[in-house]
Amino acid sequence: MSVTQNQSRRDDAPLSTSKRDDAVDEATGALVEARGDTLVGRTVTINRPRAELYGYWRDFGNLPTFMDNVVSVEMLDDRRSHWVVKAPGGQTVEWDSLITEEREGEMIAWASAEGADVPNSGRIDFRDAQGGRGTIVTATIVYDPPAGMVGKIIAKIFQREPAIQARRDLRRFKQLMETGEIATSSRTHAQLAEEKA
Amino acid sequence: MRALTWHGKHDVRVDTVDDPEILNPRDAIIKITATAICGSDLHLYDGYIPTMQKGDILGHEFMGEVVEIGAKSTLQKGQRVVVPFTIACGSCYHCGKRQYSACDNGNPADNQDIGQELYGQPMSGLFGYSHLTGGYAGGQAEYVRVPFSDVGPIVIPDGVADEKVLFLSDILPTGWQAAENADIEPGDTVAVWGCGPVGLFAVQSAFLMGAERVIAIDHFPHRLELAKRFGAETINFEESATYEALMEMTGGIGPDAVIDAVGLEAHGFFVDNVIDQIKKSTFLGTDRTHSIRQAIVACRKGGRISMPAVYGGIVDKFPLGAFMEKGLTLKTGQTSVQHYMPALLNAIMEGKIDTTFLISHTLPLEQAPEGYAMFHDKQNEVTKVVLKPGMALAA
Repeated sequence: MSVTQNQSRRDDAPLSTSKRDDAVDEATGALVEARGDTLVGRTVTINRPRAELYGYWRDFGNLPTFMDNVVSVEMLDDRRSHWVVKAPGGQTVEWDSLITEEREGEMIAWASAEGADVPNSGRIDFRDAQGGRGTIVTATIVYDPPAGMVGKIIAKIFQREPAIQARRDLRRFKQLMETGEIATSSRTHAQLAEEKA
Repeated sequence: MRALTWHGKHDVRVDTVDDPEILNPRDAIIKITATAICGSDLHLYDGYIPTMQKGDILGHEFMGEVVEIGAKSTLQKGQRVVVPFTIACGSCYHCGKRQYSACDNGNPADNQDIGQELYGQPMSGLFGYSHLTGGYAGGQAEYVRVPFSDVGPIVIPDGVADEKVLFLSDILPTGWQAAENADIEPGDTVAVWGCGPVGLFAVQSAFLMGAERVIAIDHFPHRLELAKRFGAETINFEESATYEALMEMTGGIGPDAVIDAVGLEAHGFFVDNVIDQIKKSTFLGTDRTHSIRQAIVACRKGGRISMPAVYGGIVDKFPLGAFMEKGLTLKTGQTSVQHYMPALLNAIMEGKIDTTFLISHTLPLEQAPEGYAMFHDKQNEVTKVVLKPGMALAA
């Protein structure tokens, strides 16, 4: 392997799939502002136009529709929003979030404001898929796990771990955008409410 | 409502449970008029499938009357419909390519984790078939909630008996897809391992697609008799050596295409190596366990393998050398039922395909546990059990 390859990225794979320890540093470098040291990246292809997906996402009040652990997102002004998110053990965590950069139809970058319960930052990218397959949506999230590793393990047990949540949330976003609804195998309203609790 | 529920190995019961409700705009509620026990239901019955939960409602072959519709359903109350066992959205990339069983959205997001870990990408949801395939309640019940009802169910014309069209839900399209995957050319000889419902429909389909000869392989005399009725030649593997018989019957060439329709009953769905151990200890025939291996070895050079048989895990002793050296092609997959339903309904209406021959027993839903036991224990005589919720109890 040549020196130049060693100095920069060695292949074309996303940093979130890297086996290297320093990948998170490189990933945070791609963010306008970085908060945290745990990296999550997930990509999904959605069979809808880019503008439509961006538009739905940019209206943050829509996000709790498919993000199961987000209780509410309130827009404080055009760039500032307040998030209430479920945490293990029936608790919630809250923070204010700032849009640090956005490009219409392409990407939104954010970072939590000072004093966040779970410091986090990230970006959501929308780009056209090859062969007319719709839009490739990539979420990149850098965060500090609540209460360090113990919090992360607890979160994993309760399935509120961000890597799992990101994957499931993106699938639900895809379902909603492609089919107009979010698939459920519940049989009754009572079961559905229990599932979402 | 009353529904057949799973409680453990060889323990299914008819319980009273809450009626299903419309939860999403594209949903419909179907009042079941007829539903069947599938060979693959026996895997659940035998306790081979993980991610089952006590109280799960079984059944993925069913039909009935539309009694309730969501705001975006295209069905109308009172219509009779047959429902495909694969739950597909009709809007994703795969549905656009008519690969309905690979639908991205039919399986709820949380349940997709298991398929993603096991297979690399999750497949569509299925009715009544464990939480791996979505955890959807099945149709061996009085009512069922059908998601994406504008895509799946096919409307049946008045005056056509349930028995004639019920198998559009799974086994008829599965047998048809099995034959289609064999890429049959005029003059071909096609060998079919397993004369269960899928194998028997594959026999009929192969002839309709131009096969000159079909050779059916099983060890149940009654099932071989049914295959013969559709024009197949037969090999009873308990009486004759299968590979040697196939070679002699094809003039030393081997069959042009081979179809493995055994797995549904003989193979473990999930952890094949464990199941193999169980089979060894219970003296089940190795011919049944090894049907795909035997099919590959018997298939002629440059021939085609079609595998409708259900596999779920990892298989060892797969004859990869024979597969490569002979230049074979293998096609397989869960059935994209929605893709085949309209043409097959026409074939039934025109009398080109016979479906009712298969039904050996019809029971009220209340006697479903007896139906499972007899289907499980008497495979020669019991070829298909149909359950009817409204039917009077037998004495």
